[in-house]
Amino acid sequence: MSKTMKSVAIVSAVAAALTAQTTTSAQAASKEKCYGVSLAGANDCAAGPGTTCAGTSTVDYQGNAWTLVDAGTCAEIELPALADGTPRTGSLEELDRDLPA
Amino acid sequence: MNSHEHMFRAALLDPAQAVPEGLTDGAGAPTTKRFDVYRNNVTVALIEALRTAFPVLRKLLGDANFDQLAPHFARAHPPASPLMMHYGVDMPEFLAGFTPLKHIGYLPDVARLELAIRQAYHAADAIPLSATDLAETEPDALMAACLSFAPAVQIVPSPWPLFDIWRYNMQEGAEKPRNVAQSVLITRPEFDPVPHPLTPAQATWISAIKAGTPLLGAQDAALAQDPKFDLSPLLTLLLQQEALTTLTTPKD
Repeated sequence: MSKTMKSVAIVSAVAAALTAQTTTSAQAASKEKCYGVSLAGANDCAAGPGTTCAGTSTVDYQGNAWTLVDAGTCAEIELPALADGTPRTGSLEELDRDLPA
Repeated sequence: MNSHEHMFRAALLDPAQAVPEGLTDGAGAPTTKRFDVYRNNVTVALIEALRTAFPVLRKLLGDANFDQLAPHFARAHPPASPLMMHYGVDMPEFLAGFTPLKHIGYLPDVARLELAIRQAYHAADAIPLSATDLAETEPDALMAACLSFAPAVQIVPSPWPLFDIWRYNMQEGAEKPRNVAQSVLITRPEFDPVPHPLTPAQATWISAIKAGTPLLGAQDAALAQDPKFDLSPLLTLLLQQEALTTLTTPKD
């Protein structure tokens, strides 16, 4: 790709961003809010341990569906094997055996 | 630390060790149970901190397994700073070297992502760059311009579908992880960090810009990775997410 074509690509990306800024800001804002809603439990602890927000989220957790899932979702996730042949998913039974009490 | 403090600290993190000599209660009598209680409280408090710190890891492993793992980490890596919100920086390396979990290759990257989300949360605010700032720059100056990122912006490179794994565990009804390599960009447009999936070429472009490469050079780097690289969606995302802060042209 020539330098001119690349600068055209960059300038048009700027133009696209400018258009997006002026036309979809309302849409983008509502999308953002939706994100926050579905992450309510997680966002409480985005601040991490040792913060007051982490302290209150412990209570929130108990009402949260995902804390009740004890088994873990490890085994359900379909993943590609790495180039070195590392297996894709893990078995939690195996983990139970290997860990010292 | 003097030798007494060393002994006290070593015993605090290893329940197999004897109570340090010379500890007495208020009446001057030797104390063993009090030390045991304190030692237990320290470990339990650190486990609680790790639970808060790594919600996705906890979900992937299950509560019972996470609680078995946590004391191993806490005793090997006690906090290095009183700022507990950043506790756990050694978790990715610890997981990579923890034999019983070696077969779950993506766990260290998940830990990196959770740490980066917390870094983003606690990063300083910044005044964002607008698309107008870029549009008002002459094309030639724009090609040679450098961009800088807001302090909250983080990148977690990964050969795993890292974003999908995070979303599957943190959002109800999210689709299962796909068979793709995803680096994750974290922005903080308002108060909360937001992760976004990146293609390898997009990650290359951001890394180049972060390293101070001008726009034209970053475009070259991304095109070398993927000849079909289109900057538009990435630049739009970065501007909408308030991820860019300053534009420096060679004249400045």
